[in-house]
Amino acid sequence: MLTSVDTKSRFSRRTLFKTLGLGGAAALMPARSRAAVLPDTGQEMATLLDLNKCIGCGACVDACRDVNASRYPEPKKPFPVMYPSRVKAEDFSDNRHVDNRLTPYNWLFIQSATAEGREVFIPRRCMHCQNPPCANLCPWGAAARQGSGTVAINTDICLGGAKCRDVCPWEIPQRQTGVGLYLDLAPSLGGNGVMFKCDRCSDRVANGKLPACIGACPNGVQEMGPRDVIVAKARDLAKATGGFLYGLEENGGTNTIYLSPVSFEKLNAALMEGKQSGKTGANTSERVEQQGPGRPHLARVADVMAGSNTLAWAVLLAPLAGVASAFLKGTRKLMNTSSPQPAVSDAAARKEERNA
Amino acid sequence: MPSLTLYRLVVAVLAVSGVAQMPIFKRYYIADIPGLGWTADFIFTHRLHYLAAAALLFWLARRIVLSGASSIGEGRLALLLALIATGVPRMLKNLPDVSFSPTATMLIDWTHLGAAMALGLTALAMVFKRHPHTSRR
Repeated sequence: MLTSVDTKSRFSRRTLFKTLGLGGAAALMPARSRAAVLPDTGQEMATLLDLNKCIGCGACVDACRDVNASRYPEPKKPFPVMYPSRVKAEDFSDNRHVDNRLTPYNWLFIQSATAEGREVFIPRRCMHCQNPPCANLCPWGAAARQGSGTVAINTDICLGGAKCRDVCPWEIPQRQTGVGLYLDLAPSLGGNGVMFKCDRCSDRVANGKLPACIGACPNGVQEMGPRDVIVAKARDLAKATGGFLYGLEENGGTNTIYLSPVSFEKLNAALMEGKQSGKTGANTSERVEQQGPGRPHLARVADVMAGSNTLAWAVLLAPLAGVASAFLKGTRKLMNTSSPQPAVSDAAARKEERNA
Repeated sequence: MPSLTLYRLVVAVLAVSGVAQMPIFKRYYIADIPGLGWTADFIFTHRLHYLAAAALLFWLARRIVLSGASSIGEGRLALLLALIATGVPRMLKNLPDVSFSPTATMLIDWTHLGAAMALGLTALAMVFKRHPHTSRR
């Protein structure tokens, strides 16, 4: 098996796969079932990634990098000195070639995990949650969920506080220091750059094109369409193949659904094993961690926003409760003033006492 | 508990949990102070913010019905209404299946932040000014 001899080399096992894949595998594989363009349904769109088909060739990663290259950050150096000293710069500008993890210059990468004797390749990027904590909790309104279900960060206004990464169950967004609006505000005291992540090629999709990664895949691993159609298809495929699904329920539901021949519990355990030993599943000589910063897990995730959503109802009902409590108080007062007088008045009682 | 004391307590919780939505308590060592680690927990402070918002809306509605809007003070009421008018849409945006446009999202966030800052700065000014119209009941 070919291994990467130089970390900066673009020729690797993946390059070989891709070369073979693009040249020959497309002809050998089953016919692709995806549409040439994305229908403009106006609905929430989801993506299904059939991991049975992924050979880890990396065509999707390269397509993502090519299409989005013009959007990558060009930081100003030296970076502003940030206070206090605990605030560290995060700089990938000298490591733009890194494509085996998420970085500000790499919004999609291919993870691999070996379970049940099988190596599974998993293209990883933003999950595009249905109720994304990153967009909900961004204090600056830089992240937003679009009606299409795409979650995107506005890099023109993002200040790089990285709260989105902190609240993301997969810690997807990646920060690049030395770029963005914070430089024009108080760069020493607040902010630290701009956060970057996949936005499902919003601009391309708006023009009826497919996201770059979907179009570039020689094996039709990904399929994008209206969420209800994609979910139904994912369930049917899982049932028919005895496969497993990830992303349907995670974090209250996402628009990225993985179909795997191996259970995600086992895949995640394999990722964690790789994290411990610094090994890939199959090829021990590459010694690349598969889980860690920029390399998300595959564990089950509870809905981050669930508690807040419940409390939102309390907020909406609170004014009604306030009015009701005021009326209750008024009613009590009214009842007290209109209650019948005692048969014998105090004065009469005192008179009786004196007479007695 | 006297009505205004409750109001001040609720607004203090709103202020702390609101400021905690910005990633600064950890950066500036506040969360390192024993007992204040929760200030860096975005999810916890977000829920706390909602709880305090519910308490504020309860207090406001009850007081308006019982004592009339004038009992709150014209300036304070205007500031609170600005806070609520920007906070409620911000909260609705966070509900599942609700999406505002990116521009609307940005404007809601900025105006809510502005309304909160206006209330905070006014309160601060009043503390120093000891304005005669500020109720001290």
